[in-house]
Amino acid sequence: MLSNYTNKLTGFLLTLSLFTNPAKADWFALNMTEGATAISEEVFNLHMLIFWICVAIGVVVFSVMFYSMFAHTKKKNPVAATFHESTKVEIAWTVIPFLILIAMAVPASKTLTKMYDDTAGDVNIQVTGFQWKWQYRYLEDGVSFFSNLSTDMDEIYNLVPKGENYLQEVDEAVVIPVGKKVRFLITANDVIHSWWVPAFAIKQDAIPGFVNTAWTKVDKVGTYRGKCTELCGKNHGFMPIVVKVVEQDEYDLWVSDKKEAAFKLAELTEKEWTTAELVERGESVYATNCVACHQVNGQGITGIFPALAGSDIVLNDKPRNIEILMEGVQGAAMNSFDYLSEVELASVITYTRQSWGNAEKGDGEIVSPKDIVDYKKPKI
Amino acid sequence: MSAVIENHHDDHHHGPAKGLTRWLYTTNHKDIGTLYLWFSFAMFLIGGAMAMIIRAELFQPGMQIVEPEFYNQMITLHGLIMIFGGVMPAFVGLANWLVPMMIGAPDMALPRMNNLSFWILPFAFFILLSSLFMEGGAPNFGWTFYAPLSTTYAPPSVTFFIFSVHIMGASSIMGAINVIVTIMNMRAPGMDLMKMPLFVWSWLITAYLLIAVMPVLAGAVTMMLMDIHFGTSFFNAAGGGDPVLFQHIFWFFGHPEVYIMILPAFGIVSHIIETFSRKQLFGYSSMVWAMLSIAILSFVVWAHHMFTVGMPLAAELFFMWATMLIAVPTGVKVFNWIATMFRGSITFETPMLFACAFVVLFTLGGFSGLMLAITPADFQYHDTYFVVAHFHYVLVPGAIFSIMAAVYYWIPKWSGNMYDERLGKLHFWLSFIGVNVTFFPQHFIGLAGMPRRYPDYALQFADWNMVSTVGAFLFGISQVFFLFIVIKTVMGGKKATDQVWEGARGLEWTVASPAPYHTFGTPPKVD
Ligand code: HEC
Ligand code: HEM
Ligand SMILES: [Cu+2]
Ligand SMILES: [Cu+2]
Repeated sequence: MLSNYTNKLTGFLLTLSLFTNPAKADWFALNMTEGATAISEEVFNLHMLIFWICVAIGVVVFSVMFYSMFAHTKKKNPVAATFHESTKVEIAWTVIPFLILIAMAVPASKTLTKMYDDTAGDVNIQVTGFQWKWQYRYLEDGVSFFSNLSTDMDEIYNLVPKGENYLQEVDEAVVIPVGKKVRFLITANDVIHSWWVPAFAIKQDAIPGFVNTAWTKVDKVGTYRGKCTELCGKNHGFMPIVVKVVEQDEYDLWVSDKKEAAFKLAELTEKEWTTAELVERGESVYATNCVACHQVNGQGITGIFPALAGSDIVLNDKPRNIEILMEGVQGAAMNSFDYLSEVELASVITYTRQSWGNAEKGDGEIVSPKDIVDYKKPKI
Repeated sequence: MSAVIENHHDDHHHGPAKGLTRWLYTTNHKDIGTLYLWFSFAMFLIGGAMAMIIRAELFQPGMQIVEPEFYNQMITLHGLIMIFGGVMPAFVGLANWLVPMMIGAPDMALPRMNNLSFWILPFAFFILLSSLFMEGGAPNFGWTFYAPLSTTYAPPSVTFFIFSVHIMGASSIMGAINVIVTIMNMRAPGMDLMKMPLFVWSWLITAYLLIAVMPVLAGAVTMMLMDIHFGTSFFNAAGGGDPVLFQHIFWFFGHPEVYIMILPAFGIVSHIIETFSRKQLFGYSSMVWAMLSIAILSFVVWAHHMFTVGMPLAAELFFMWATMLIAVPTGVKVFNWIATMFRGSITFETPMLFACAFVVLFTLGGFSGLMLAITPADFQYHDTYFVVAHFHYVLVPGAIFSIMAAVYYWIPKWSGNMYDERLGKLHFWLSFIGVNVTFFPQHFIGLAGMPRRYPDYALQFADWNMVSTVGAFLFGISQVFFLFIVIKTVMGGKKATDQVWEGARGLEWTVASPAPYHTFGTPPKVD
C-alpha cells in the first residue's frame, strides 16, 4: 500500500488523462441483486415489497403536503383556519400505520426464521477472517487455503488500466458444489470482519473467539463475488470474496487436486533447502503476509510496526524469532502465523534474516522447514 | 413591547464585560449560547473539510489523494466531530439561548456550570484533533470504535481519544443537568408542563436521554482503557472477554444518541411550521406523547445495529419488531406538521423552506430506516452505502437543516438584524440540491453492493460515486456561503422588529430585538 509521492502524482495525472473512462461504467447499478438462491430471492422480494409500501405512503403524505404548499399560501388563503386537533384523525393515523407495520412484519419474520437453520450442511467450511485475507478450511476433506486480493498494486495506484474485476478478484476462490447445502462456520483470527456474498444474501460477522453460522444452497453454477463489510483496519477495502459454484464432479476433482498439492507440500518439508532457495521463496511469502505492516524495505512504520531491518531478534536470536512467528506477541498487532506451512514459515524467517543487510550485521543463521517441525513437536 | 422587559433591579443594570474575559468568564446564557453556536460552526467546517477529503478520494476508483490508513482516520474524525462537535453543541447552544427566554426565566439555573460545560469542550476537541500529529496517527477505527480494532489493534493515540470522549461526555451531562433544572424550576408562573413550547419539551426529553446514556459511553471507553493499559480482557476473546459485549454497550448508548440528535430538531421545526403557516400547531399533546414514546422506545432497539453479529432468532425478531414500532410515533409527528400547514396561510421565508425540506427529507430517511429494520433485508443493507445514505438523510437535511432553520428564524432576535432574504433562499436551494445530489445516489451505490468505510471500490460503483462527490462539493461550498450570510447579518442589516415574524408566538418574541443582555428579571405571566 505504500507509494511515494512521484508515484502518486503520475498516477493522478494518468487517471485524469488516460483512464478517466472506466471500462465498465454502470449507471444502472441501482438495486439489490435477486441473487442465486431461493433465500436471496425471497429477501429481494421482501425488499421490493417494503420499498413499494414506502413509496405508496410517501405519495399520499407528500401529495397532501405539496397541495397545502401550493393551495394554502398567504396569497391564496389570507386567513388561516383555526382547527388544531381532532381525536378521530389522530387515532386513525396511529392505528393505520400500525396495521401496515404488521403487514410488513409477518413476511419478514417468516423469511428470517427460514434463514435461521443451522443444521449441518452437506459441505461444511470454516471461514476465518484475517487482517486482510480470508482462510477457508473444508472440515470434511481437510483442504485449507488462504484467499488474497489478486488485483495488482499498479492498478490501485492508477499506473495501469483497471481490469474488469478490479478489487473483486482473488488468488484462490472458495469452491462449492451446486445444489448442495453448504454451511459456513465463520470466525476471525484478529479483529472483527464480516463475510458478505450478496448473491446468497449472507452477511455474517466474523468475530474472534466466536463461531457464527450461515448456510446456502446455490441453484446456478457461476462465480459470485462478495466483500468484507466490517471495518477491520487499513486494508478493509482490499479483502474480497470469490465463490465458485461448480457441478459436483468438477468439485470432487478440485478436492482431490487440493489434497494432492497438500501431499506435495509435505514432501517439500522433508527436502534439504539451500539459503538461496529459502530466500527466493520467502520473498513472496513476505510480500503476501508481512509487507502490510513491516513494509517492503523492512523498515516498518515508526510507532506502530517495528523495523525488521536491524532488529535484534532478527539479527541474533533465532529461537525467539521462530517463537514470535509461531505464537505472535500478546496484546499487539503481531499475530501468530502458525497457520502458514513449515516451508513458508522457514523461508519467510530466513528471508528476513538475510535481507536489508541483516545477514552481514547479525549471525546470518537460516531457518529450515525442519526447525519449524522441531518447534512444533511437544516439548518435554 | 420592549417596555415590558425593562429591568428595574439595580444589581442587574450592567451589560456584558469588555474584551476576551467577557467570553472566558461569562455566566450569561446568551453569551454561552453564542459560544456554543460558533464552536459548533467551527467544528462543522472542520468535519466538513474532512468529508471533502473523503469524497475527493472516492471521486474515482483507485487511490489518488490519500492512503487507506489516513482515509480511515478521516472517516473516524469526521463522524466524531460532526456528532459530538457539530450537532450536539449546536443544540446545546440553541437551548442556552432559547430555553430561558421561552419559559420566561432570567438565565439558566446553574450559570457557572454552564460556563464550565462549554469551556471544557475546546480542550476535548483540541486533544482529539492533535492525535492527527501523533505517532501512528489519529484514531482509525470508525466513530463506532468496535473492539478489538479500537483496543489491541489501535494506534497509541486511542488513549487520547478516550480522554477526549470523557471530556465531551462530562460536558454533555453538565449541559443536560442544567437544562433539566432550569425547566423544572424556573418556568414563569402559569406555564404548566403542557403549556411549554415544544422546543423546551424536546430538550427536556433529550436531556434525560443524555443523562441516561452518556455514562454508558463513558463506561465503554473506560473498559477499553482498562483493556489497553491495565491487562483486563473485557473485549478480548483471547482473555475470556467478549467483543460483542462492546457493541451491545456502544449501541445502548448509540441508538438513544441518534434521538438526542433529532428530538430538538422536532421542537424547532414545530415552531417554524406553526409560525409561517400562521396557524396553531396541530396536535400539541400528541407531539409531546410522540416524543416521549420515541425516547422510551429508543432504549429497546439498540441491537438493530447488530443484526449480523449472530444473535439468537428470538432476539433478532424482538429488535426488528421494536424498531418498526418507532415508525408509529415518528409518523404521528410528520402527519401533525402537515396538518398544521393544511389550510394555513403559508409564506416561504428561509426558515420555512428549511423546515419543509426537513419534513420531506427526514421522512425519506425514516423510510430507509424502516427498510433497515426488516432484518432479512438488513443482511443485505447493513454496512453498505445504503446505511450511509439513511443516516445522512436523517442527520444532514434532518438535524443540520433544523439547526440552520433555527439560525435564520432566531438570528433577528439574537442580533437585532434581519438576514438578507435573497441570500438565505439562495443558500437554501444550494444546500437542498447539494444534499440530494450527494446522498440520494448513495442508496443506489449501497444496494448495488458497495460496503461503507471503503477507500476504493469496484468499477460498477464509479458513476454514482462521481455524482455524489460533485454534490458534496456543492454542499460544502454552500456552507462557507452560510458563514458569510451569518457574519453579514451580525454586522448589520435591516433592523428587526420585536415580533420579527407575523405569525410568531411565544415569550421570546415579546422582548426587544436584539434581546437585551438580561431578560425576564421579573417573570412574565403566562395564561
Ligand atoms: C498486522 C501487522 C503485522 C503483520 C502482518 C506482521 N507483523 Fe510482525 N510485528 C507487528 C508488530 C506490531 C510487532 C511488534 C510487537 C511487539 O513487540 O509489541 C511485530 C514484531 C515482529 C517481530 C519482532 C521484531 C522486534 O524487533 O521486536 C518480528 C521478527 C516480526 N514481527 C516478523 C514478522 C513477519 C516475518 C511477518 C510476516 C509473516 C510479520 N511480522 C507480519 C505487526 C505485524
Ligand atoms: C423511523 C425511524 C428510524 C429507523 C426505523 C431507523 C433504523 C435504523 C437501523 C435499522 C439502522 C442500522 C442499519 C445498519 O447498520 O444495518 C440505522 C442506522 C443509523 N441511523 Fe437510523 N433509524 C431511524 C431514524 C434515525 C434518526 C432520527 C437518526 C438520527 C438523527 C438516525 C441515525 C442513524 C445513524 C447515525 C445510523 C448509523 C450508525 C452507524 O452504523 O454508524 N436514524 N437506523
Ligand atoms: Cu474488513
Ligand atoms: Cu439505531
